[in-house]
Amino acid sequence: MPKIKLSDSTINIIKGICAEFQNKESELINVLHKTQVKLGYLPAEVQEVIARELHSSVARVYGVVTFYSFFTMIPKGEFPISICMGTACYVRGAEQVLSEFKRQLKVEVGESTSDGKFSLNCLRCVGACGLAPVVTIGEKVYGRVAPTQVKEIIAEYRQGNIQNDVKTD
Amino acid sequence: MDVINLTIDNKPVVVKKGTTILQAAKEIGVHIPTLCYMKLEDLNIENKPGGCRICVVEVEGRRNLAPACCTEVHDGMVVNSHSIRAINARRTVMELILSDHPTDCLICAKSGNCDLQNMAHYLGIRKIHYEGEQSHYRKDTSPAIIRDVDKCIMCRRCEMMCNEVQTVGVLSAINRGFNSVVAPAFEMNLDHSVCTYCGQCVAVCPTGALTEVDETGKVVRVLSDPTKTVIVQTAPAVRAALGEEFDMEAGTLVTGKLVAALRRLGFDYVFDTDFAADLTIMEEGTELLNRLGKHLAGDKNVKLPILTSCCPAWVKFFEHQFPDMKDIPSTARSPQQMFGSIAKTYFADKLGIKREDLVVVSIMPCVAKKYECGRDEFKVNKNPDVDYALTTRELAALIKISNINFRTLPNEEFDNPLGESTGAGVIFGTTGGVIEAAVRTAYELHTKKELPRLDFDELRGMEGIRKATIDFGGTPINIGIAHGLGNARKLLEEIQAGKSEFHAIEIMSCPGGCIGGGGQPYHHGNAEILKKRQKAIYQEDSKKAIRKSHKNPYIIKLYDEFLGHPMSEKAHHLLHTAYFDRTEEKG
Ligand code: SF4
Ligand code: SF4
Ligand code: SF4
Ligand code: FES
Ligand code: FES
Repeated sequence: MPKIKLSDSTINIIKGICAEFQNKESELINVLHKTQVKLGYLPAEVQEVIARELHSSVARVYGVVTFYSFFTMIPKGEFPISICMGTACYVRGAEQVLSEFKRQLKVEVGESTSDGKFSLNCLRCVGACGLAPVVTIGEKVYGRVAPTQVKEIIAEYRQGNIQNDVKTD
Repeated sequence: MDVINLTIDNKPVVVKKGTTILQAAKEIGVHIPTLCYMKLEDLNIENKPGGCRICVVEVEGRRNLAPACCTEVHDGMVVNSHSIRAINARRTVMELILSDHPTDCLICAKSGNCDLQNMAHYLGIRKIHYEGEQSHYRKDTSPAIIRDVDKCIMCRRCEMMCNEVQTVGVLSAINRGFNSVVAPAFEMNLDHSVCTYCGQCVAVCPTGALTEVDETGKVVRVLSDPTKTVIVQTAPAVRAALGEEFDMEAGTLVTGKLVAALRRLGFDYVFDTDFAADLTIMEEGTELLNRLGKHLAGDKNVKLPILTSCCPAWVKFFEHQFPDMKDIPSTARSPQQMFGSIAKTYFADKLGIKREDLVVVSIMPCVAKKYECGRDEFKVNKNPDVDYALTTRELAALIKISNINFRTLPNEEFDNPLGESTGAGVIFGTTGGVIEAAVRTAYELHTKKELPRLDFDELRGMEGIRKATIDFGGTPINIGIAHGLGNARKLLEEIQAGKSEFHAIEIMSCPGGCIGGGGQPYHHGNAEILKKRQKAIYQEDSKKAIRKSHKNPYIIKLYDEFLGHPMSEKAHHLLHTAYFDRTEEKG
């Protein structure tokens, strides 16, 4: 995997978080949570520091990171796109919407576009089943999204005219 | 003590509080099938994730079935271990496991030794009523171990071995649900990880998900090549376990039959790694005495304790985890590599052939030896000192396909000059043996007196960490022994903290030492087997006419004719090695 070099200040931030939790392995989830909130994501190098600080193994840390869908190993895009894969959305075509996003952005789930603008993720029910299928981009919620609309939605962000209202059409 | 009264299958049982249903049942001879659960009695090794649910039993008054391996008994409990409901549940669980398992048994390396296959048979599964997508995962091939995770049933025994027993921490359950597998961090390949290739994950894996790299094909090919002289060495622990592969009682010594089988397989010379073990003692023992002498003379630069270095998994462990201590272990190569080095120089010269035309095969209880013989330090012009290392299991497979009836073979003798060994060489196969062998020689070289006794019971046993003080003619020598890398870690941390009281420490990676090696016949969680192998090793030692390495006539001759003396320049070049800091290597 590509190696990134963590700056000393980043390493100190991570060490600080570990210390806050007494460097206890049993606090691993909390440490990961706080680190992700602070750094945005948990790349391999960050997991290595955490493993060392908590006297755990990197495999264990990675195991926890991959177990909880909340944790991510890639930096979030400027516009993080999430497709709801809950039952209601799924039966109303979320999968086709997802594949259209993948096709348009040329990324897989869990990845970001190379320009860092978009990242793509799946979610469980976001509680807006009436609007299924639901897509969220940042704070905004798009309802009843059809695959044909995907191109247009992405274009809006590319061009910079982001809308603030909840789309319900 | 709190006692609990209960009944299992209508039989009353009285057990201690905290006992599980499974243990209680065992006490009265009721067998409850288990799959993920595994316990190695006396070695403090237990895997109890409660994951597979094969062990479910019916408990009166309880709505759902109880997993016997992780449910504690309580007073008045009424257990029915084989009610229709329990049996049906087990069969359903089994079918569900099998619905996401390849049906590769005909060509699987584990076939015949697979706990999953045995369980399917035991439960009489004839049809899998659940169909669904099967998970697929790439195969990971390293120099010693193959991970075929499609066959993983998530029992997590390997994870427990690697994390708790060995404290290496390579394997962990990752992802969730259908996609979950046991893998190294970032799903990298084993050969990029800090894996030591101890093979203990392989030793406990119930299925074909973890196996050794099979090199029998390559060995068959060189055996049929008329331009090559092919010689073989067999490690001490092999003779105490190979018989199990041919339905012989655990602990049966099969040294003579082993030699006979190797000859029938077509090896030109059948030699003994025990010879090289004697050589190791000469070098390592001399090194110990050198360091000790300087230490006693007040030299502050000399580092003690000296650590044994004959286990390649242990070597890789400290190279990754304790690189700051890489100048403490003895520089002596392992017996496997000493053998290869001497074979491709001294013995090739004797035969008058080029090293390229001599092929050295070793039979080892070990998977790490496959990795070891590929290390660059052990090659000359890219030609390895040891060409192939087969496990005890691979040898058994080779004997079987060659139509050799092992049980009826006569007992034959090793060839010379590299086949003669002492009792000291034999006990290398068990925890405590290397240091006992070293004591037998170092004592006599140091005191110039004959040892009053040869059996050092204080160094023997199965305790994970053992300590003893041996009187070297007025100088008390403190000896430590650790088997299992987790135990080794404890002793290393003591040294790091400057708190170690030892002069010499023996370390073997595998619980029990090489008798419990990752390449031995599968023990299926039965620690009695390891104890029987250990007994066999000491039995072989006690039967030997010569029991001290420095008295081996062929060793004496080797030094006279070729090496000069222990730690000579030639010995240094051929029999010693260097260690490397591998902290940067892990991905
Ligand atoms: S061989 Fe040993 S170190 Fe490597 S993964 Fe298996 S148990 Fe862990
Ligand atoms: S690889 Fe083998 S030992 Fe490890 S969890 Fe899977 S089946 Fe169990
Ligand atoms: S203890 Fe023996 S079998 Fe186990 S890894 Fe070390 S040398 Fe190999
Ligand atoms: S299933 Fe998508 S919002 Fe509920
Ligand atoms: S053996 Fe009890 S849950 Fe697996």
